[in-house]
Amino acid sequence: MGTATLEPTSIKKGFKSEEYFINMGPQHPATHGVLRLLLTIDGEIIKKVDPDLGYIHRSIEKMCESNSYQQIVHLTDRLDYLSSHINNEAVCLCVENALELEVPERVKVIRTILGELTRIASHTLWWGVMGMDVGAFSSYFYGFRDREMINDIFEETCGARLTMNYNIPGGLMQDIHPNFVKRVKEFIPHFRSKLPEYDRLLTGNIIFQKRTKGVGVLSKEDAINFGASGPVARASGYSCDVRKYHPYSALDKINFTEALDTTGDSFARYKVRIAEMWESLAIIEQLIDNIPEGDHKVATNAVIKLPKGEFYQKVETARGEFGVYIISTGTKNPYRVKFRSPGLSNLSLLNHIAVGGKIGDLVATMATIDIVVPDIDR
Amino acid sequence: MNSISNMIDWFVSTGVLNMAMIALIYLTVFAVLGLFLVLLERKVAAWFQLRIGPNRVGYLGLFQTIADALKLVSKELTGTVKADKFLYNLAPYFVIVTSLMALAVFPFTRDLQAFDINIGVFFLVAISSIGVIGILLGGWSSNNKFALIGAMRSGVQTISYELSVGISLLTMVILTGSLQLSEIIEVQKSGWLIVQGHIPAIIAFMIYMIAGTAETNRAPFDMVEAESELGAGYHTEYSGMKFAYFFLAEFINMFIIAALATTVFFGGWLSPFGITDSLPWMGLFWFLAKTFVLVFLMMWFRWTFPRLRVDQLLTLEWKYLLPINLVNLVLMAVIVWLNLTIQI
Amino acid sequence: MGYFSDIYHGIGTLLTGMRVTGKYFINARKGAITQQYPDNRDTLQMFERFRGEVVMPHDENNEHSCTGCQKCELACPNGSIEIIWDRVIDPETGKKKKAIDQHIYHLGMCTQCGLCVDACPSDAIKWAQNFENSVYDRTQLTRILNKPGSKVRAGVEE
Repeated sequence: MGTATLEPTSIKKGFKSEEYFINMGPQHPATHGVLRLLLTIDGEIIKKVDPDLGYIHRSIEKMCESNSYQQIVHLTDRLDYLSSHINNEAVCLCVENALELEVPERVKVIRTILGELTRIASHTLWWGVMGMDVGAFSSYFYGFRDREMINDIFEETCGARLTMNYNIPGGLMQDIHPNFVKRVKEFIPHFRSKLPEYDRLLTGNIIFQKRTKGVGVLSKEDAINFGASGPVARASGYSCDVRKYHPYSALDKINFTEALDTTGDSFARYKVRIAEMWESLAIIEQLIDNIPEGDHKVATNAVIKLPKGEFYQKVETARGEFGVYIISTGTKNPYRVKFRSPGLSNLSLLNHIAVGGKIGDLVATMATIDIVVPDIDR
Repeated sequence: MNSISNMIDWFVSTGVLNMAMIALIYLTVFAVLGLFLVLLERKVAAWFQLRIGPNRVGYLGLFQTIADALKLVSKELTGTVKADKFLYNLAPYFVIVTSLMALAVFPFTRDLQAFDINIGVFFLVAISSIGVIGILLGGWSSNNKFALIGAMRSGVQTISYELSVGISLLTMVILTGSLQLSEIIEVQKSGWLIVQGHIPAIIAFMIYMIAGTAETNRAPFDMVEAESELGAGYHTEYSGMKFAYFFLAEFINMFIIAALATTVFFGGWLSPFGITDSLPWMGLFWFLAKTFVLVFLMMWFRWTFPRLRVDQLLTLEWKYLLPINLVNLVLMAVIVWLNLTIQI
Repeated sequence: MGYFSDIYHGIGTLLTGMRVTGKYFINARKGAITQQYPDNRDTLQMFERFRGEVVMPHDENNEHSCTGCQKCELACPNGSIEIIWDRVIDPETGKKKKAIDQHIYHLGMCTQCGLCVDACPSDAIKWAQNFENSVYDRTQLTRILNKPGSKVRAGVEE
């Protein structure tokens, strides 16, 4: 996508007489941040969507090249800030694999629990915002109420609510807080009682179903071709859960089913995310009672030097497959770091699936793709 | 000097002064009522959403909306460069004036009615369809595409749902045989119309509430504003007092829709089973109580349901509400013809 | 007949939704999750691990335990810690020893990642739980953590 095609004048060149151009964003309630969509519209019907990125580019990948491996971790908090724990974990796993460092079992289990809690926190926020995007305001607050409990757990153990930076290469920065297990055990029954309420308020609602069913349909082939991942791809029937196929941390020892759907519309993506929350609860329940004793980290050198070579690690964030690709020349700084963010590939679908729908459909589709702009625009 | 006293005499003798006084009282009362409704909406929304709501300005936040109104009055009036200035400035007045005009015909209690016109229901339906012109003008003249889309949606929506409001009211008019609102209330002395007309009346009430919510452009029919789609819809480019007019008009319209439903379906100021017939002023209480229950119902809709899409909005009207409404009209006619109404 | 069953089913789902919000409306008094922030300042307790800003605790003799090893300065990804140090002669042993002059902390640049506190070998710096960090002038965000006239506690070695 060259910049030339994004100028409104050049977009307007190919217009039919009834089409017009409209700028959605960078400041718009439905773009969830500073994403700019250049829409070509005929009346209410979308003819073309051109996402224009770059409004929140912070050159994080370039910054990584001048930071040490411990310091890279905290930058990944700022990518997809709703799955910061999982992003941190990806970098740490990549560095640990490169160093051939075996972390204690305790670390693995805690990382997995925190990762699943992050996923639930992200999905509850998404659920609230999804409701708001289709016009049901109350869901926003119900979602945030449940997310607040998880944020308290994070804050008590990690010291921060959003940008945790709790994982370090070699383990965890601190051991878990004594209250951690108690709080998680309080949260699980609470959330189990609230999830059916989500269904009653929104999932079953006829207006909501009409708004999402058959909207933004993505076929399995397209999901694979566009490199979609996470709930977006799984709603189209493309089984791609990294936790299942390339298990990391403690995920290889637990049983869970991958949430799948086949219709590929917005409602399917919605249902997959709701199912994922149930699965995440099940994963946490399997692990929370038997966190093994042991150290919370293994000692690494104060200055980590990765061996010469290229290293890749992928994890499943709340939005899909997040990959960390490090090229090392053997110094204390990486030569090049590339993040494969799920948001960018998922956003690239938007033009493909939103064309032909109404403006309302575009908003519903964007909500179910669940974009986080700093993740798209690094 | 003589000419001035002549003029005053003329004003008094023709009743213009009286009318002006009444208009002024109405204006003041309903401006305050509008502000109170905004506060009520914010409080009710907060209680639906696990929040507390405004509680800082005054006792329990009672002066919150007055502070907001003062802020809006003192704000700069902005506008777009290429706006059609005349229409842009005219639009808010269309909206606010029509909604205030509509209030004139309501019988708040036995003798508290400014304008007892013999075509009251017709007058209300007619007035409420002028309001949409203001919205269309506002959206069109502000030279903003989002506002234009909002205005177009509003046109489509109001023209469609006007039919349902009209026909569901017509269904009840068959029962009363009069369009005069005071007459309609007289009829209900032998039972509220929703009881008298039983099944068709209940259907008509449901349709009226749905269509009425759509008429006021409130969620789940807030296509016109649709803040997650259009930012703020037709009033995107309005600020300060002009925005406040749109905002206030929306809330007064909500009150009108609820008040009309109270008058036509729930006996207006009549007390249930005549329990306070000896106290005429209690009529005002009953009228407001019934109205606010219906206003609350509309707020409940708003804070629960997702918004419809614009084509679904039309599907709902033309494929569901209108056919049912027409059948219902015939059903009501048959019931009145066969004298099957319930009279208490 | 599908037409009418659709309507019936649709109204049913809408009422289910209204029941959920209605339940919250009735329980509005006890269910509110709002924190009335500036009013609850006195009772608001942050978690002990909360990362507000970096501070250097001093004991009653105005002594801290920072040896000036600069590990925090190295660990910081943003360069928000600067240590100005010098070698001073220890009056007891007569040897030259590293001692800090100023431990400068730029809160404005800090991302609260916690690497400095983690790196400190003598626990000289720690996290404070205050979160009201906004100031009117940006220069106030640059803080000198060691108090004037303070010195390193005896026995804390590099």
